[in-house]
This record gives sequence, C-alpha cells and structure tokens, in this order.
Amino acid sequence: MIDRRLLTNIDWVLAGLVITVCLLGIMNIYSATAAYKIVGTSYYIKQFYWLLAGIIISLVVCSLDYHIFEDLSYWFYGAIILLLLAVLAVGKSSMGATRWLNLGFFNIQPSELMKIVIIVTFARFFNNFQTVGGLAVREVLVPLGLLALPAALIMKQPDLGTATLIVLIALSMTMYVGLRWSAIVTFICVTIPMVWVGWAFLLRPYQKNRVLDFLNPERSRLGSGYHIIQSKIAVGSGGFSGKGFIKGTQSQLRFLPEQHTDFAFSVFAEEWGFIGCLLLIILYLSLVLWGLNIARRCNDRFGALLAVGVTAMLFWHIVINMGMVIGLFPVVGVPLPFFSYGGTSMITSMVGIGLLQSISMRRFMF
Amino acid sequence: MRERRFVRELLESKKRIMVISFIVGVAFLFLVIRLWHLQILRADDYLAKSESNRLRFVPVAASRGALLDRTGKLLVSNRPSFSLAVIQQEVTDKEALLTLLSELLGLDRADMAERWEKSKGRAKYYPIVLASNISRDHVEIVEENRLRLPGIEIEMKPVREYTSGQLASHLLGYIGEVSEKELNSAGLEDYNPGDYIGKNGIERALEKELHGVDGGRQLEVDARGRILRTVSEKYPTVGNSVLLTIDANVQQQAEQSFGEQAGAAVVMDVTNGEILAFVSNPGFDPSLFSGKMPADIWQGYLDDKRHPLENKALSGQYPPGSTFKMITALAGLQNNMIDESTTVNCSGSYKLGTSTFNCWNKKGHGATNLHKALRESCDVYFYQLGEKLGVDKIAAAANSFKMGTPLGVELLNERSGLIPTAAWKQERFGKRWYRGETLSVSIGQGAVVLTPIQLASMTATIANEGTIYRPHLVKRIVDADGKTLKEARTEIIGTASFSKESFRLVKEGMLAVVNEPGGTGSVARLYDVKVAGKTGTSQVVKLSSSKKSTTYQYRDHALFVAFAPFEKPEIAIAVVVEHGEHGGSAAASIAGKILRTYFDGKKPPRKEAVKPLKGDDGNEDPDENGREAVVKEPRIDGDTTHD
Repeated sequence: MIDRRLLTNIDWVLAGLVITVCLLGIMNIYSATAAYKIVGTSYYIKQFYWLLAGIIISLVVCSLDYHIFEDLSYWFYGAIILLLLAVLAVGKSSMGATRWLNLGFFNIQPSELMKIVIIVTFARFFNNFQTVGGLAVREVLVPLGLLALPAALIMKQPDLGTATLIVLIALSMTMYVGLRWSAIVTFICVTIPMVWVGWAFLLRPYQKNRVLDFLNPERSRLGSGYHIIQSKIAVGSGGFSGKGFIKGTQSQLRFLPEQHTDFAFSVFAEEWGFIGCLLLIILYLSLVLWGLNIARRCNDRFGALLAVGVTAMLFWHIVINMGMVIGLFPVVGVPLPFFSYGGTSMITSMVGIGLLQSISMRRFMF
Repeated sequence: MRERRFVRELLESKKRIMVISFIVGVAFLFLVIRLWHLQILRADDYLAKSESNRLRFVPVAASRGALLDRTGKLLVSNRPSFSLAVIQQEVTDKEALLTLLSELLGLDRADMAERWEKSKGRAKYYPIVLASNISRDHVEIVEENRLRLPGIEIEMKPVREYTSGQLASHLLGYIGEVSEKELNSAGLEDYNPGDYIGKNGIERALEKELHGVDGGRQLEVDARGRILRTVSEKYPTVGNSVLLTIDANVQQQAEQSFGEQAGAAVVMDVTNGEILAFVSNPGFDPSLFSGKMPADIWQGYLDDKRHPLENKALSGQYPPGSTFKMITALAGLQNNMIDESTTVNCSGSYKLGTSTFNCWNKKGHGATNLHKALRESCDVYFYQLGEKLGVDKIAAAANSFKMGTPLGVELLNERSGLIPTAAWKQERFGKRWYRGETLSVSIGQGAVVLTPIQLASMTATIANEGTIYRPHLVKRIVDADGKTLKEARTEIIGTASFSKESFRLVKEGMLAVVNEPGGTGSVARLYDVKVAGKTGTSQVVKLSSSKKSTTYQYRDHALFVAFAPFEKPEIAIAVVVEHGEHGGSAAASIAGKILRTYFDGKKPPRKEAVKPLKGDDGNEDPDENGREAVVKEPRIDGDTTHD
C-alpha cells in the first residue's frame, strides 16, 4: 500500500521536531503531575500511549494521498456539522460546557475534529476558486458561511477557544489566498460591530470575566485572574535557568491551574527557566517555519493550502497558549500542541502532522 | 492562458509564504521578549512572590524572663497556660462549631465569635485564639471530643505566675495582650496580635530584656494553604531574667506595716542608690491583668478611694511638709544666715505683714536653736530663716539635691516633683512671688511637691553627706542559665555640696528627732541601731482640723524620712501615709518596722521579740496637726507692702 519510494522521502525534520517536542512534553507532564494523587495509570504514561497512537494515525494519514481529502472534504464537513448538532442535543457536560459526544467506547470532541475539517474544506474551496489580485468581498461570502456555521455551533457549547481557533485558521488561509484591500476594509467595518454584539449578547459571563481578568488581573485575585497571576509568578520565578526538574514550587504546590494541560508551559518555564523556554520556542518556531516551507515547496495548490492551514492551526495554538501562560492573552482553553496533556489535542495535531508529512513526501510527484 | 495564471499565482503564493514566515517570526519574537521581561528583568520580583506564596511563618512565643529579688528569690515566673484556638481552614461549619464549644465548655459564645471575627482576615492556617487561660478540665473535655471539633486546637503558652502574690505589684507591674495601638507603634513591629507585652512596672520598663526572642516555624503550604512540611524551625529564646535590688523580706514587711492605710515607702541603700523596698499601698493582683479581669474586681479597683492602681512611690507627688526643713536648714547654713547657736524665740506664731503664721505648737517652743528646731519641728524657726533666705536660695539648695527632676529610676512615668521659684511662678501664672509663700515653702508646704523616691533620695544624700546616686531597681540581668549579662552600675547623678559641718548639724538634728526627749519621731527608735529621721505632715486642703478628720480625702498626709545607722548610714527610708494624720507618727512607726526588719535581716535571728520602744519623753505622738489648724489660708495675697 505504501509506496517504497515515498518512505525514503519521509520528512525527518518534521518528524524529529514533533517527536522532540512530544518527549519534552511527556517529561514535563511527569513533573507537573508529580504532586498529584494518581489513581491508575499516570498521566505521563497515558500521554506516551497517546503519542504512540498519534504516530500511528499520522503514519496512516501520510500514507494516503492527501487528494482523497479533497474529494471527501464536504462529506467530512457535513458529518462534523451533524456531530456538533448532536453534541448540543445529547452531549456530555463537563465544567459548564458541553463538548463531548459519547460513542459508547470513546468520547469524541467534534469541535476538535472541526479544526482539521475546516482546513480541508477551505483548501478544497480555494483550490477550485480562481482569483486574480485577491478575493473580493463577494467571493468570500461562501467560505464565510462555511466558517460561520461550525463556529456558531461551537460557540454555543460554549467553547470560545476552539471557535476562535477555527476562525483564525480560516482567516489565515484566506489571507494566504489573498484579499483585496476593499475586502479587508469591509471586514474591519463589519467585524467591529459584530464583536460588540458578540460581547453584549453571545459571550457567557465566565467568558467575559476571563477577558476582563486578562485586561486587569488584579480584578479578582482569587477568581480567574488568579490563574494569570499565578502563572506569571511561575514563569517569572523560573528566572534564567529555572528551578530544576520537579523543583518548581508553583507547580509542585499546585498554585497553577490545570498545570498538566493548558498551563503545562507554565510548569516548564518555572523549572527550566528562560533557557528552556527559548529552546522550546525555537523548536516550535522551526516546526511552524518548516510547515510553511512544506507549503512553499508544494507545487500543488491544494497541497499548499492544506499545509498552510495545518501550519496555521499549529501556530495559533502555540501562540495563544504561550501568550495566555505569560499573560499576553486572556485565559482560553487552548492546549499547547504535543506538549499539553490530552489525547484529543494529540490526535488532532498528529492528523495535521500526517497531512504535512503526506504533502512533504509527495512534493516531487507534481 | 490558464496555465500562465496558475504559474503566476503559484509564484505569488510562494512570495506570500515568505511574508507569512516573517510574521510568524515576529510573533515568536514577541513571546521571547515577553519571557525575557518576566524571567530576566523581573525574575527577582516573581521569585519573591513565589516564595511568599509557598512559605508561611507561624510564630512560637518565647518564655518570658523571671523577676527575682536581690537574694535570688523568685518573685514572678511562668507557668503553662492553655488556650483554645481554631484553625480556620479546617472548619466547615463555623456556627455549629461555636455552638458545640459553648455547650461543652460553657464558654461565652458571643465572645468567641467576636474574637474569631476580629482575626478572620488572618491566613487560614493561622490559629485564632478563641479563649485564653482555659482550665485543665476544659483541656480534657476538648481532648475527649477532638473528633467532633475539627480545627480546634489547644495551645500551650507560658503565662506569668506571681509567686509572692500581690507583693510589690506596682513595682513588678503586669503583662497583657498587646493592644492595637501598641502594635502600630515603633519598635514593636515584631509583635503579633495575641502576644503578651509588659504593660506596667518592671514588666514594661524591661520588656526588651524579659520578652525573649520569639521563635517560629516556617511552613510550606500548598495552594489551598494546607501545611505540607516544616521548612525550618527557629526555637524561641527564653527572655532574660531581672534580678531586682528589692529585698523581698523588707518589701513584705513594709507592705504589711501599712495595713489598710494607703501610702508609699521607698527604702534605698545610701551607698549606691539601690532600692530595697518600693511600696505603693494598697496593691493589686497583677495576675488578673493578663487574662480577662472580672468586672467587679475592676470596678472595685476604680472605686477604691485609696487608688490601688496608682503607683504612689513613683508618681505620687506630696508636699514634703516638715521633712523639707533639712533643705531649708542646709540653705541657711550654707548662706551663713544661721549657725549652730543662732537662736530664735518661738512664741507659737510668726507675723509677716498683716498675716500670722502659726507654729504647730501654739504654746510655742521658746528659745530655739537649729538642733531644737529640727527635733521639735519648730515652724517659727524656719519661717524666720525662710524669710531671710528668700525662695530662690531655698530652691537652689533643693535643686542641688536634684529635686524637681525625675531621678531616672528604671520605671516609666516617674514624676519630677516641683520646687517653686519666683521665676517659675511668673512664668506659670504670670504673677509675682509673695514673701508669705516663701514661708510656706520653708516648711515644705505651698507649691513644693516631691515624690517618695525623691524624699528617699534626699534622705540618702543627707546621710552620705552629698552624693546623689541614681535610684535604681535593677541589680543585674541574667540569662536563662543564670549567667550575668549586665550588672547595674552605681551611678552618681549629682552632688549636693554643703559643708561637712552643715551636714553634721542637720544629721544630729535628725538623730534628736528620733532619740531625744521632745523629738517628734520617737516611734521609729530602735534599741540597737541609732536611727535619724524627720517627721512631716503635708496638708491636702486648708481646712480646720475637726472638719479634716471626718472626711478621709481631706485628712493630712503623714510623712517620715529616716536613715540608719547614724554613725555609718546604710539605708534611707521615705514613708508617706496618705491621709495618715497624727503628725508623722503613722509614717514613723512604719519606718521603724521596716528598719527593724532590715537590721534583723543583717544579723543572725534574735530570740527576743522586738517590741516597739516607747519614748521616754512621753511625746511619742506629737500632733503636728496643731500647726495646720492655724496656718490655714495664710493671707499672703495682700502682702505687697513688704519688699
């Protein structure tokens, strides 16, 4: 099934970067959960299993010619929309939000899958769409609709983080295709009142609080502003070289919220300091630039769009998560790809890496 | 055509990738800059914050130093006391807990709730004291019901134990919980609410020595404030003990001698200023002040017209009355106004302008020289002398004894007394000085007031012929192991320079007061030691004697100062009996008992009981009151024609 020639073309830079970050992530999860009372399998072990699963999925995805996604994209899109509707109808709740769908043996989070599907859908749409000098307003109405439907459904769960990401991914791909100036201006003029409407009518109080807390962390020292303050203390107290592995007081004494998932970077920053952070950031930067490089080298328009989409997904996850941890962005539930604990994030990211790998391997075929 | 467009677009999109790569780089650069800001520029700041996040300090009170008398007898020490404390973080139902506590222990629920409310803002791991000094029974009840009382702890704290009861209560003072005002004052930054601090007396004056250094435990807590482990522990350092100059025996005898009478006594070593006894009667129970004072006892203290809470030896200011005559005499001798043989005829009164100043003995003393004037406390002799001297010369003599200034005893709030001068009156009241006032001053009345400490110091200085030692109460400071840390040094704070001859004449007069027929202080006489002294009566108000004796507050104070042995003086005594009347005898008899105790203590115990010796002159109860009866309201206001 797998072309022998393809195997020799495996993108080892991409694979190496991803595996390195994943291993650092597992090490960090080990430390972040060292103070936990664990019943059953430890988090870092579980994460290792997720990594293995991710690698397998990624291998499966990369072995397929990515063009089959082009054909299937609208089917996927339709299916996920149905799942999202199902979530709203019969979903499983946790922490005030309904995101999970119980499939009996497996809980899935359709909003997570939507990240990949929006990439594929947009890639297909733009691939078939010929434009000169950028897209006009009229030309983006269809993709806007394709985006608005899932985004609204995900917002409704409510999951501000994922909804934002889907919008950002779609926006990045659109910018890559190119927008006319007239379209850009129009968007700005439409977006601002929409943000106001969203703030006034759509955001839940806890979401508003998070934004307000971000703008002024002192607002609620023990509320969600507490998370930002504690995270900044953890990062800052790491100093130049960090406090050492499993020696971070902020993390080991559990001053950090969700420290093995969304705030995993905070734990890392405390224990490894500026030097460690710099290393991790260089790894991520390399990964993103390499993803863009794959897009650039790809002579197939659909492939390039896909690569840009996947890279955008990784980029926004990284920037939003790190920015949140170091107090540049409000607290939104966005994991750090390959680094935060969590199977869903791992699988989604690995599917993305599989796509990149697939594109990279086949760059000489077109 | 389509191909060309495709190629153009492809090239364009590749260019766009470069732009996107650049944007990505900038975004990551922002992250790095932010991390630089947090981890490099502000690292110390955040490190400090993370430390204060995780570390908590719980103080452990140091055991307070003991107070001992000069022989090493324990006066105040410590015993363990139990208090009921709550740790907020372990309590789920505050109201139920309080109700249960008040049911089990019978403690006042509202009181506990109030204490809790006050300390609510403290950290959740910090024990809040709900009731202090609870009984051992209570401790047992709490221990038995431990499971029903989550978060409740019994804390052991050392508290003061007053081994000798109320002995020297004013001198020793008491301790109490540090007040909010004290917490905010400079030098007390290390104190925490609930800590004990000396409020009064030696306890307060030597707080720094006695308190010790509180220890504490540095605890590591997690985000919920749960204690995980003790990071470091500093054991408290026991406070230093203070060895006082007080002789507990003499002190006790002195206090007993007062009986129900209010007053003060100071016994001082004339060779170094050590205070052997420091009495202010009646005393109070210092142990009541560190806990919750029962309301009725407190009200009793406030209502008692003898003012038990007042430290009379330190802050009581009394007109010295005739005990001041030594000063007038010394001033006269120094200024050559009189000598040994100068004689004045006392007819029982003395006329100055239109006013008449009476001698206490209305019959008069007849021809009177200095010796007789002191012995029989003739007022007319001193009126004449005073008039010749003028107030400023008398004041100069008094000031050379350091009267009118605090002498620097260790206790706080020592009063300065007052020696009036013409200039003082001008400044204070804007009025000129009248000569009639000088006459009052010359017999220790009028504006002159002295504290019992000053009276004792004056007597000591006469006894040692001129050296003024700083009166002091602390002999040495010792650490918990008994090692001497500081030894009080004898300190000379001044010299009263009068000729040896002057001192001899005054001292012989004082010897006569106690030992010669006609002397006013014969009750203080000892059979084996020569005592020299001087009686005094100080007017409280100017009223006729019959009216005075009926109302306690109006009765005259009785004073007596003495030193002994005459040949080689060791100790000086000043006794003031408030509203004691009867001339100096009430005070003199107390002084006699104190002297007896002191000299008995120096010798092997005697078999024979010591009886107070009756004076052979039959004049043991000279009523100096006779004077005040007539001296009432000396009309000095119209006395402007003289001068």
